[in-house]
Amino acid sequence: MIGIGSVEATLIVPAFAIPILALVSAPRLGATLNILACAMTLSAAVAMVFTERPRSDLIVIDDFNIFMIILTTFVGFTTSIFSATYLAHEMEIGRLTPVLLRFYHAMYQALMCAMNVVLVANNIGLMWVGVEVATLLAVIMVGMYRRPEAIEAAWKYFIVGSVGSGLAFFGTILVYLVAQDVVGEGLPAMSWDLLAKSAPMLDPKLLSLAFVFLLVGYSTKVGLAPFHAWLPDAHAGGPTAISAVQSGLLLNIALYVLLRFKMVLAGNEAAIDVGSIMVGLGLVSLVFAAFMLYRLRDIKRLFAYSSIEHMGIAAFAFGMGGPLANFAGLLHITMHAFMKSGIFFAVGHIVQVKGTQHIAAISGISVTHPVLAVLFTFGVIAIAGLPPFGMFTSEFMLISSTFAQQPVLGVVLVAGLLIAFGALILRLQDIVFGEPTGEAYPAQASYFPVYVHLTLVLIAGLWLPDPIVRWFRGVAASLG
Amino acid sequence: MSKQWFDVAHLLPGSVLVLSFFLLYQDRIEVVINVFARQSMALSLSVAWQALAQDAPHLIVIAVIALVVKSFLIPNELRRIHRWMQSHHQIEDVIGSGLIPTALHRIIRQIQSRDRIEEEIGSGQRMLMGLGLVALSILLVQPVGKVSTYVREDLIFALAVILLGLLMMITRRNVVTQAVGFMSLENGLILAAIGAIGMPLAVEISVAFSILIAFIVFVLRIRERFDTHDESALDRFRSERRDAL
Repeated sequence: MIGIGSVEATLIVPAFAIPILALVSAPRLGATLNILACAMTLSAAVAMVFTERPRSDLIVIDDFNIFMIILTTFVGFTTSIFSATYLAHEMEIGRLTPVLLRFYHAMYQALMCAMNVVLVANNIGLMWVGVEVATLLAVIMVGMYRRPEAIEAAWKYFIVGSVGSGLAFFGTILVYLVAQDVVGEGLPAMSWDLLAKSAPMLDPKLLSLAFVFLLVGYSTKVGLAPFHAWLPDAHAGGPTAISAVQSGLLLNIALYVLLRFKMVLAGNEAAIDVGSIMVGLGLVSLVFAAFMLYRLRDIKRLFAYSSIEHMGIAAFAFGMGGPLANFAGLLHITMHAFMKSGIFFAVGHIVQVKGTQHIAAISGISVTHPVLAVLFTFGVIAIAGLPPFGMFTSEFMLISSTFAQQPVLGVVLVAGLLIAFGALILRLQDIVFGEPTGEAYPAQASYFPVYVHLTLVLIAGLWLPDPIVRWFRGVAASLG
Repeated sequence: MSKQWFDVAHLLPGSVLVLSFFLLYQDRIEVVINVFARQSMALSLSVAWQALAQDAPHLIVIAVIALVVKSFLIPNELRRIHRWMQSHHQIEDVIGSGLIPTALHRIIRQIQSRDRIEEEIGSGQRMLMGLGLVALSILLVQPVGKVSTYVREDLIFALAVILLGLLMMITRRNVVTQAVGFMSLENGLILAAIGAIGMPLAVEISVAFSILIAFIVFVLRIRERFDTHDESALDRFRSERRDAL
């Protein structure tokens, strides 16, 4: 291959942006360059649809990851627009120094690069490295403000995340051992596409054992229920732009890796039934998070738990399997990536105008900041799964396919969704409609990213374009 | 595969596992750090032996990293951090509790009580749990067919070391012992990686892990600085100790 293809561009652009952004000292120029780099990565990702799909032992491109890369780079792009105004405000109130801002921009591009590495990787070791690097960068960003609670959150994230990656690494080694027997020693034995192709010949016992470690390891990064302990603290401790990236993208990336391994195991009939385990984890996450939503007093923790809930729904959908449930799962992670990052953008502005994260101290924003209140309300309505937004579509599809296959699980699913819905609406009332309390600074934010995300979710709820439906159907079929 | 080769290939990972039990058992943090240094040394020998036996010279890199970074540099750094933490406790004795602001006083109590939480699960119970975990790893890996005896048994050792590292992280609350628990878990991972004969990227991943560990120590330092919350109260104290950090 001559020259740089679009696949390489998604890795090289952010990689080159890291040193440049680390050196640029003018805050506004840095923010502009950050947006520019994200825009270039996004266009490279979109170009992947139209260019040839390369395949090597390290890189593989198929419908599934093209979709994920476009989603990731798109949310990365809008988040960079959000963070430009958000961080300018943080600098004004003195929480951020120019040096820290440079550091932030460089780390942001590094995070984008690491996530793209995971998505284009064919090598399961490379996937692991990408997830690990992305987690570490997120840990650094969570602890960036150096407040005691941020350091505490970063430490917890780091320890739990490292244990997760340790177990995932052991699982990766076991998969290599299994594959080495069939595919032969060296790099090919770690290539995902060869693994998937030779799945029926792999030793089912060792493969199942490997998957248990991979599941526990990567579920930690997805934030599924028994392994979620780090997630709310990490969201509450760091800058809101990073909470948006975490909820919208990082959790998805880990789920993506898990699905890649699920696809391998689906090819081997004697291996354990991965689907039912994921269904179990998903339901536990959903119901647990739904009840927890009532008890939260911190606005960022509230939406962090909502992310656990939605990741649970997605894991449940992919666990159920079949064309309809997989379709619903794909749509759901897409909608969640848009909507949750959109909500965190709004939350970031709310926290800035109110100067606090405590829900009790945030009320009556409909009086003081009407535009922000409207956007936030629509966001919460969308995330709670009400029509006409896209999450209603995905949840409705999931519920109908579940009732067709497993009515009992369908009842649990609906109950979990309703409980979570109640909690979110309850909190929404306090935040938006109560008596205005406390301070209220004027908002100096660009609401553009929130508008974009809301519009996209609204369009998806009303009408999904035909090419996208076909694309999703193809991917859903390949997921098994 | 000659018998001596096999025996040594067993002895070295076996000693890594035994040292994991020492880690579980020891209550004094200085000793825990020393034992961890020994464990990394045993790991380094084990990797070097595999480099010879598998005729894979690149594994020597992993052995050298384990020796230099994990049995000398990191333990030294941890000792410093631990000493620094202890000196927090000593301020109380030196200046007398009456002079210390109440906030600081409470934090010192907190750190001390965190050290004492370790007693919650006695070392005897911890040892029993550890034995159970070793039995579990044997039960899990032993039935796996298709791989050679050496690989299978290496995996058993590795899994046992990993699980013991996890147990250590769960049962101990002190940050230094938690970090050591993670690092011993990571020693188990390297043991597994060298057992998977011909695994690509093994060296790269071992380097990545070293960076990770350097990162832990870095975070520990920041964290210990911030465990004090009230910075101004400690300024005088810290300026004396800055050379040590």
